[in-house]
Amino acid sequence: MLLAVAVLSGFVMALAAPWLHRIARSTSGWVLALFPVALTVYFAGQAGRVAAGEVLAVSIDWVPSLGIALSFYLDGLSLLFALMISGIGALVVVYAGGYLAGHAHLGRFYAFLLMFLASMLGLVLANNVITLFVFWELTSVSSYLLIGFEHEREAARQAALQALLVTGLGGLALLAGLLLLGQAGGSMELSELLTRGEAIQAHPFYAPILLLILAGAFTKSAQFPFHFWLPSAMEAPTPVSAYLHSATMVKAGIYLLARFNPVLGGTELWFYIVTAAGAATMLIGAYLALQQSDLKRILAYSTMSALGMMVLLLGLGTELAVKAAIVSILVHALYKGALFLVAGAVDHETGTRDVDRLGGLRRAMPITAAAAALAALSMAGLPPLFGFIGKEMVYEAVFEAPTAVVLLTGVVVLSSMFLLAVAGVAGLRPFFGERASTPKHPHEAPLSLWLGPFLLAGLGLFSGLFPGAAGWLVSPAVAATWGQSTGVELALFHGWSPVLLLSAITVAGGLGLFAGRSACRRAASRLAIGSRWGATRWYELALDGINRLARAQTRFLQSGYLRYYLLTIIATMLGLTAYTLLSRAGLPVPQGSLQVPLYQAVLAGLILLAALAAVRLQTRLGAVAALGVVGYGVALIFVLFGAPDLAMTQFLVETLTVILLVLVLYHLPRFATLSTRRERVRDMAVALLAGGLMTALVLAAAAVQPQLEVSSYMADHSAALAHGRNVVNVILVDFRGLDTFGEITVLAVVGIGVYSLLKLRIRKGDRP
Amino acid sequence: MNVLLVLPILIPLVTAAVSLLAWRRPRWQRWLGIGGAAALLAASLALLESVRNGGIQTAQMGDWPAPFGITLVADLFSAIMVVMAGLVGFAVVVYSTATVDHRRESFGYYPLLHILLMGVCGAFLTGDIFNLYVWFEVMLIASFVLLALGGEREQLEGAFKYVTLNLMSSALFLAAVGILYGVAGTLNMADLARKLPQVEQSGLVTTLAMLFLVAFGIKAAAFPLFFWLPASYHTPPVAVSALFAGLLTKVGVYALIRVFTLLFTQEVSYTHTLILAVAGLTMVTGVLGAMAQNEFRRILSFHIVSQIGYMLMGLGLFTVAGLAGSIFYIMHHIIVKTNLFLISGVANHFRGTYQLKELGGLYRAYPGLAVLFLIPALSLAGVPPLSGFFAKLGLLQAGLATGQYAIVATALGVSLLTLISMTKIWAEAFWKPAAAPSVDPPAAGTGTPQDPSQHDPPKGSLALFAPVVVLAVLTLTMGLVAEPFVGLAIQAAHQLMNPAGYIEAVLGGRP
Repeated sequence: MLLAVAVLSGFVMALAAPWLHRIARSTSGWVLALFPVALTVYFAGQAGRVAAGEVLAVSIDWVPSLGIALSFYLDGLSLLFALMISGIGALVVVYAGGYLAGHAHLGRFYAFLLMFLASMLGLVLANNVITLFVFWELTSVSSYLLIGFEHEREAARQAALQALLVTGLGGLALLAGLLLLGQAGGSMELSELLTRGEAIQAHPFYAPILLLILAGAFTKSAQFPFHFWLPSAMEAPTPVSAYLHSATMVKAGIYLLARFNPVLGGTELWFYIVTAAGAATMLIGAYLALQQSDLKRILAYSTMSALGMMVLLLGLGTELAVKAAIVSILVHALYKGALFLVAGAVDHETGTRDVDRLGGLRRAMPITAAAAALAALSMAGLPPLFGFIGKEMVYEAVFEAPTAVVLLTGVVVLSSMFLLAVAGVAGLRPFFGERASTPKHPHEAPLSLWLGPFLLAGLGLFSGLFPGAAGWLVSPAVAATWGQSTGVELALFHGWSPVLLLSAITVAGGLGLFAGRSACRRAASRLAIGSRWGATRWYELALDGINRLARAQTRFLQSGYLRYYLLTIIATMLGLTAYTLLSRAGLPVPQGSLQVPLYQAVLAGLILLAALAAVRLQTRLGAVAALGVVGYGVALIFVLFGAPDLAMTQFLVETLTVILLVLVLYHLPRFATLSTRRERVRDMAVALLAGGLMTALVLAAAAVQPQLEVSSYMADHSAALAHGRNVVNVILVDFRGLDTFGEITVLAVVGIGVYSLLKLRIRKGDRP
Repeated sequence: MNVLLVLPILIPLVTAAVSLLAWRRPRWQRWLGIGGAAALLAASLALLESVRNGGIQTAQMGDWPAPFGITLVADLFSAIMVVMAGLVGFAVVVYSTATVDHRRESFGYYPLLHILLMGVCGAFLTGDIFNLYVWFEVMLIASFVLLALGGEREQLEGAFKYVTLNLMSSALFLAAVGILYGVAGTLNMADLARKLPQVEQSGLVTTLAMLFLVAFGIKAAAFPLFFWLPASYHTPPVAVSALFAGLLTKVGVYALIRVFTLLFTQEVSYTHTLILAVAGLTMVTGVLGAMAQNEFRRILSFHIVSQIGYMLMGLGLFTVAGLAGSIFYIMHHIIVKTNLFLISGVANHFRGTYQLKELGGLYRAYPGLAVLFLIPALSLAGVPPLSGFFAKLGLLQAGLATGQYAIVATALGVSLLTLISMTKIWAEAFWKPAAAPSVDPPAAGTGTPQDPSQHDPPKGSLALFAPVVVLAVLTLTMGLVAEPFVGLAIQAAHQLMNPAGYIEAVLGGRP
């Protein structure tokens, strides 16, 4: 139960945050951070039980009719993520208090941040797949609000939308995949599904399920070619970049892959798609990172590369690879979180994030510089930092890949060289070398700004020196991902092996790239692949295409001309009804004798002629008169078939209509012919066909012998029960009195309408 | 006879009649309107309660036994729809008191509004196909006059297209009813449900079903019959738009669901597959239409069309889960769409325009309004955990369960486009900085454009915001506590899929 409280209380805190901020003012960051600190303590307290193989679970009914339960469970994998989310969350909240101090909307910022924190916790703790999806989408929404936090800037709005759309697209695929998975596995609960891997992999839905879920994971974790939203998302304030777009949210896709590995992993399809996507992302990200000069964009692309590496490892799916992947998650969260926070502090103190304009800051900002250096060394994968352990494990895993060892090893080593150079650019270059002049005169950042990076980078060093502690956290996570328990031995020194040689090559190559980075950048800018063929361009083309399509379609359908609307409606009616009639009942044949008395034939001919005249006549008066003839003709038919009261009504209505029309004619503009000959022929064809169809329907209906129960009841009971001899009148006022009542209402409204429309004319700009 | 069945028709009628007597006193009409709408809401809730506890309720008008007279019937679906009408009616009447100008108020605005509500409730409650036509006429004329009331040029143009195309629907409906009567010899829908299967020429019945499909399809604004809606909804005072947006098309959807579950189930593989195709096309064309717009109310209007597709999807699937999805979707949509129109009106109230280009800075000036907008807007796009998500989820599950993958993919894709469209409003009207104050004098409306940096932003009254807040809270509730609503929809769907109960309730033990 406490587990559910841990997740849901975050939303309450989010609501309370603006109010708490108003009370605590400048210390609000510290006060609000108590909440994620408490969460961290709580989760850390569960670590012992989880390490012993226990799984905490809680389930509350939510929408049982749709198979949704608010169910959570905590195993090794969830715990690792939960600790990262709440722990780094605490540091980021503190950091935000300093970074955005004095910002008018800081309270709102906290609210979004805490909402994200709660959603992310829900995501990694959810047991029910729909609940998981609910939190998945909430992280996208909070990310949207946070990227667009500086909403008055066009670029921030665009970036927010881009991130929302790309992850939203993946989210929809994910939803479809999860629903299919639920169908194939016969349960909506992850804990159940995890035990049914074989059945699901044998299910015909396996391939679509896998592809859909991968689409969700790849968009969220910025895998090529969906990666482009991540660099754009750097429009967000730096605490957001550090927290959402590096340490936690972008790892949701990784979490998903790890989580579903026992269910969906291990197949060829999984291996090829996941490994290939990961390898491509890793290499492209690392390459692009070195081309940037904006500190945050450098870090964004290197994040993309690191995510690619994790995906690649999970794609390999061997025991070694899974271990390496889980360790990399933790390694990356520590050093990248630190580097982002450092970047924010540097920006905050100097007023720029351009690495070419930064240098020699170590004197002004010694603590920040120390944190940055530690984090950069970890990123570079140098001993004795945690990053070294991670990188060695990655090399080992790739070295024992089931296939394509040379290719994969090449990709990983090459990427690592780039990343090493990038670590130098982002973590060391601003602090060492010559002092460069900056827009603002730098001072050491306040405690709130250096505490986070310092702790994170320090943890990286600590875990490198004492890997046992990290191993204690990592091994339950590996067990959950791998599907069975397995020991994880982390050590700094792995013995003399080819892997160590690869590390040495990486360092040498990386240093070379660092030295030649300017030349490298110039060469790349001449190629300009990104702007011509990059994914951003495809995104823009797609969005533009949809908007064009939308406009074209709307111009075509909603043309603004009533005549086309009518034509479409009648043609639709005609097509549907005629097709159904012909295919299902056949063209009706008139029953009985076709002999019509002469007077009826004459009358019918007169109506037809008048109708033709109404269409053909070029004067309004003539057309109105002809229409009058049609109406009177119909009324005469009523008389001939024994319905005098109906005929009387029709006469009155027709007379009134003609008089009214003639009165109005005076006010109308001159008669004009607006349609071409072809249009008139087309209209005539539609009109004749529609009339023909109605005739056919009436003929078909006439052939059916209806049951006369209702009409004979009315005829029989009219006089006896309703005390009226005129059955039509009795029907109107008694049997079906409600109809008449409704029609009277209609007339009353017409009265109001005519009066009000004549009397009330409001023009634009009238004062109320 | 259950008097609760008559009250939803009687209360608006009496309110309208008394308001007419107070013709020259808009203040009285306002209070009468609020009282009447509140009474309607209360009566509708009582009706729903009585149907939930006592099963399907009927009332024979004039005490003529069914099928000879006219029967009013309330099953769960009807009762839910009447509650929705009561709710929207109440919200809109309160909102009207803050936004509708005095001149319209003194020319019959309130009586017309109540007569419209009467028509809507009548349509939901009648068990007689011709009587349904009469209620459609009541609705049509009342809505037409409301649409045109004020006689602004734009209004008249919209109203003209509205009334012409809807009269087309009426003509087709009437012709269809006439031929149907010729074939089956009865107008009572329960009786029709009994007799139509006995008609030997079942092909002819299916043909008639097409006429009903087109007639009601026009009313529901389905593809390719929806033209009247985007042509007119952005023209009248916003309270009228909101009322129409919430209720009118839904009467068409209601009628489609009613006749295609009760009467026309002879050849489901043909008729309902066709409906499914229409549903998909309606979703797509509607949302694309919305994406091409740059005016608050026009965007919202096209989204109505798109979402009609979702409501028809469940009918096309023709399973309990599908219909339950549709019913829940209707409930969600009515609340959310009404609210979005009301919010567009609040924006207009403050800034005097509906053009996204001229709007902006609302987030800075009115953060509360921004939250109130986000709730229904995200719900409309199906973002969890709001009501729209569960509505969409129910339909998706139903679609997957029957293997209709194409419509499921369409529904998912359209929800992403809906999100694009909603974020467009959000980015343009709320996030974007306020446009520089225009040199031109303020356009029509009660608000005046102001530069928020120079003046305090104008404030809204309780009547302006209370309906918005209440509807937003309902949207949240239907999402966070979805189960009772979903459960109700499933029960209603069960009744629809098993029409024997309906027939039995209307006709009793008649052979």
